[in-house]
Amino acid sequence: MKKVFANATEALDGLLHDGMLIAAGGFGLCGIPELLIEAIRESGVKNISVASNNAGVDDFGLGRLLETRQISKMISSYVGENAEFMRQYLSGELELEFNPQGTLAERMRAGGCGIPGFYTKTGVGTVIAEGKDHKDFDGQTYILERGIVADLAIVKAWKADTTGNAIFRKTARNFNPPAAMCGRVCVMEVEEIVEPGALDPDAIHLPGIYVHRLIQGDHEKRIEQRTLRKREEA
Amino acid sequence: MADELKGWDRNQMAERAAQELEDGMYVNLGIGIPTLVANYVGDKDITLQSENGMLGMGPFPYEGDEDPDLINAGKQTITEVPRTAYFDSATSFGMIRGGKIAAAILGAMEVSEKGDLANWMIPGKLVKGMGGAMDLVAGVGRVIVVMDHTNKHGESKVLKECTLPLTGKGVVDMIITNLGVLEVGRKGLHIVECAPGISHDEIRAATEATVV
Repeated sequence: MKKVFANATEALDGLLHDGMLIAAGGFGLCGIPELLIEAIRESGVKNISVASNNAGVDDFGLGRLLETRQISKMISSYVGENAEFMRQYLSGELELEFNPQGTLAERMRAGGCGIPGFYTKTGVGTVIAEGKDHKDFDGQTYILERGIVADLAIVKAWKADTTGNAIFRKTARNFNPPAAMCGRVCVMEVEEIVEPGALDPDAIHLPGIYVHRLIQGDHEKRIEQRTLRKREEA
Repeated sequence: MADELKGWDRNQMAERAAQELEDGMYVNLGIGIPTLVANYVGDKDITLQSENGMLGMGPFPYEGDEDPDLINAGKQTITEVPRTAYFDSATSFGMIRGGKIAAAILGAMEVSEKGDLANWMIPGKLVKGMGGAMDLVAGVGRVIVVMDHTNKHGESKVLKECTLPLTGKGVVDMIITNLGVLEVGRKGLHIVECAPGISHDEIRAATEATVV
């Protein structure tokens, strides 16, 4: 089966519908599926829920879908960098479910692994635990968190072969593998598609079984906070 | 009088926190004063974790070397070191939740004498999210809070009970403030050390919590 598509719009053809849940990879603006986000914007799909650690910035990343009010709910751990997000949230237009970052990552991983729920210590005794099942194991209290299975996963890798075996680069890996795993369908954008055999099988971060459609494209890869150190005076 | 007490400055607090780290530790540093701790580890072999998926975090890059694929949990550009390893977010929080990270040093708005920590939201104010803080305090071996002893109104941030929504319950092991070092014990807080020029009585007077 051919997995490689010409562009993001073609790769998403037939996969989008109003009210769907999308899991997105990325941390801040690092390793986000920027081309697929843009194609989702152009598709006009509405009322979507997005599970993603962050919500982009005003004019980049998931901020592009907030601008057009296509997102009705976010499941995230940190949303501090986006003024439009805050405006929509405070006015009640946008629903927000905070998840601790590790809980969100594990919810995705578990959902993709056929695990409908897991117990964690994270959040015990906080607002996060309210209404959740509590259970003691070996004298410690844990809460039940649910696995996430998304209608669609959108992720970004560095390189992949045409069967979807993928390699990420540095900290741009972040939420991409767990997000990919939790999608009923996963569409991946990469900087370079290579032929099978060109990648070392021992170096694959995400096996192609998790990737259903694939595109190659140019990425802006915007830096959110450029922090530098001064060169020592000679 | 409490608001006139000086004690340690930001860098000295970070330097004191670095004394708590032992050779061979894997450590997660929060944003703010905790970030400065990295400057004071000296010869100790410490590996820094960044919860977005990295062990072995290096300093900020020189101009021209910044890489959009290489950031820390505060979304700042950073560098790798020879021992660096990268991994995904689920693996990263697996090592945090699984107790593999020896210590986390982080800032706080309030800490209680039972070790409850509040550092993620103020009701009625803009809420940005807890990020990885709840996972860190629930999972790592030792939680060390570094913060000013009092808020800008001169009120104690070390309390009998936290008033703000919690990040974790009974999670803090040690509190390092501008006035000194406090350890969270079963019956209350113990003073481990006073900052230069600060007395036990001055710490007690500036602390709402029970100091035993």
